[in-house]
Amino acid sequence: MKILVTVKRVSDPEAKLKIKPDGLWIQTEGVKFVVNPFDEIAVEEALRIKEKQTGEVVVVSVGDKVVTEQIRAALAMGADRGIFVNYAGSYDSYDIANILAKIVEQEKPDIIILGKQAVDDDMGQAGFMLAELLGYPQAAFASKVEITDDKKKAKVTREIDGGLEVKEVELPCIITADLRLNTPRYASLPNIMKAKQKPVKELTVESLGVAVKPRVTVKKLSEPPKRKGGVKVESVQDLVSKLKTEAKVI
Amino acid sequence: MKQFKGTDFYILDDLLTEEERLTRQSVRDFVDREFMPKIQQSFRDARFPMEVVPSLGRLGVFGAQINGYGCSKVSNIAYGIMMQELERGDSGLRSFASVQSSLAMTAIHEYGSEEQKNHWLPELASAKKIGCFGLTESDFGSNPAGMRTTATQDGKYYVMNGSKMWITNGSVADVAVVWAKTKKDDPKSIKGFLVEKGTRGFSSKDIHNKLSMRASVTSELSFDECKIPEDSILPHSGGLKSPLTCLMHARYSIAWGAIGAAMACYEEALDYAKERVQFSRPIAGYQLVQERLVWMLSEITKAQLLAWRMGKMQDNESLKHYHVSLAKMNNVKIALEIARACRDILGANGITDEYQCMRHMNNLESVYTYEGTNNIHTLVLGEHITGIKAFE
Ligand SMILES: Cc1cc2nc3c(=O)[nH]c(=O)nc-3n(C[C@H](O)[C@H](O)[C@H](O)COP(=O)(O)OP(=O)(O)OC[C@H]3O[C@@H](n4cnc5c(N)ncnc54)[C@H](O)[C@@H]3O)c2cc1C
Ligand SMILES: Cc1cc2nc3c(=O)[nH]c(=O)nc-3n(C[C@H](O)[C@H](O)[C@H](O)COP(=O)(O)OP(=O)(O)OC[C@H]3O[C@@H](n4cnc5c(N)ncnc54)[C@H](O)[C@@H]3O)c2cc1C
Repeated sequence: MKILVTVKRVSDPEAKLKIKPDGLWIQTEGVKFVVNPFDEIAVEEALRIKEKQTGEVVVVSVGDKVVTEQIRAALAMGADRGIFVNYAGSYDSYDIANILAKIVEQEKPDIIILGKQAVDDDMGQAGFMLAELLGYPQAAFASKVEITDDKKKAKVTREIDGGLEVKEVELPCIITADLRLNTPRYASLPNIMKAKQKPVKELTVESLGVAVKPRVTVKKLSEPPKRKGGVKVESVQDLVSKLKTEAKVI
Repeated sequence: MKQFKGTDFYILDDLLTEEERLTRQSVRDFVDREFMPKIQQSFRDARFPMEVVPSLGRLGVFGAQINGYGCSKVSNIAYGIMMQELERGDSGLRSFASVQSSLAMTAIHEYGSEEQKNHWLPELASAKKIGCFGLTESDFGSNPAGMRTTATQDGKYYVMNGSKMWITNGSVADVAVVWAKTKKDDPKSIKGFLVEKGTRGFSSKDIHNKLSMRASVTSELSFDECKIPEDSILPHSGGLKSPLTCLMHARYSIAWGAIGAAMACYEEALDYAKERVQFSRPIAGYQLVQERLVWMLSEITKAQLLAWRMGKMQDNESLKHYHVSLAKMNNVKIALEIARACRDILGANGITDEYQCMRHMNNLESVYTYEGTNNIHTLVLGEHITGIKAFE
């Protein structure tokens, strides 16, 4: 079983971010970057499937040279090889889906697992678009994945409002990983050392025959409004009236 | 407890390789997820959480500096960073790793026979077996050359008599690396022995009521006509130099580890000072408090540079024992002072175990003493620069 997994480089969710003077992106100096946490869950799931079924886990990342660090992190977790699509410009989810579609054509994986969204821009589009471009079935927001005994289908449990939904999709398919799918392993020290030796293939968007043309562009970023200090209320009546008239929640 | 961020004022991250950063991340995640939820209760109960040890084995932490024998073989800096991250959790956790890796495994790796290495190192690396290192005796701490424990040959056996004191992991160890004189009163006759748990005449007793290193096992080992098979001697060991070489490895890990404890305290003090309002504003807004915080940051940054440089010198084998003495002495001292300053900034809250600083502070009192006290390292350096030995 061959599984392709995306690993996007994102700013550490714990980091304090500042917006660049041009207002279009964040200042990256001194900010720590990590594998998108949902992609990390996707890598873990791919590794678990591989451990049960045997096969290969291939990770792919798009960006400039620095994203190889996130590829390496996934290799250190246990992925077998990496694909680095060297592209320094801006892109939108559709561009990424187009790039991934070309890679799928080349690699012909049985399963493609993506994080349900990237925690930096929270677009959450690439998985759907990729399924559409490839005409593959998809199961988004997976909280449990099982491969059927005949290895032809994936049974995917999804968390939906007020309950669970179980879907069966034929392989090859697209799965996007939700938070409760698993807890990613820590890379062990021997695996970190081995990751150095694992192959990472470098591609360009040109060589894939993709013309990147973002249809969505960022116009402006702004900081969340500063939180105002709370107030102390004198009595329960006071609280109820504030909830009614000011907060308007009851 | 807030998530640990790690202090990196001089962007030392740029000096690290990808593997070193990944190592830090793995160990940091392990400590956050598996160790931090346990430490408060473990410290209260004076118990080392043995249940985290298998995970550490799987991570490949033990003997990570060794090449082969099932060990990870990471860079010297990665090894140090790992210790920093462990001690950020608790000095007891780092002590466990230092004793297993830098002391027990180093002793076997440097002075053991090929059979001993093949037998013990993979088991110790995977944490299937636990090791300890017995050098100190109740009457011989700073001056181990005076040790009274003897192991005299009797046919195919050595017969060991004596006792060792303050031995980390003593009662939980499957194998004790014990240093003893093979000829009474002759420090040159000091040899290392592998004494297995359960050997007749070998017993251990834990030291209770510690106010420091509560989440760490510290024991007394006793040897009473204890017969050890001849092939349990570490054949390549000889004289005090052998255990001292192991101690140099352990001090290296301590010099890194102490930075972890210091960082944990500094972050705690900084967060607290920004939130705690006294008089008209957060105490972080008062000059005296700022001075303390800035002092902490500058000492941590210097200690980090010292440790990093020490790692690079280890790589090119120019690192000498006196270099390690300086880093151990300095980094532990500033970590202890930072922990005390943090406790002060936290006011009365600082004395409870809801915060980490006093636990770190108490632990660091041990770290200040073991592996050569601050005085002893000062005198080692004093001798090195003046040529005059001042401690005898
Ligand atoms: C928690 C803990 C764990 C430990 N784990 C281990 C272990 O796993 N294995 C092991 O072998 N040992 C271990 N030790 C023992 C440790 O190494 C000793 O405590 C240390 O070497 C100091 O010896 P001592 O306690 O006998 O103090 P002493 O040597 O009695 O020193 C007392 C004081 O006198 C000072 N002093 C001594 N000589 C001189 C001098 N010539 N000039 C100036 N000042 C001097 C010292 O600096 C110190 O301040 C551990 C200790 C602790 C606290
Ligand atoms: C064991 C114990 C017993 C106690 N018993 C009693 C008791 O019986 N009765 C009682 O009333 N109280 C008692 N206390 C409380 C004690 O008096 C307070 O802890 C003390 O006044 C400090 O206040 P705090 O803990 O709120 O610290 P904070 O006032 O919050 O101080 C925190 C830190 O900020 C510093 N700081 C504060 N303001 C400034 C400033 N303007 N400029 C520079 N630095 C500043 C302080 O020096 C300290 O380092 C007790 C405390 C303890 C620990």
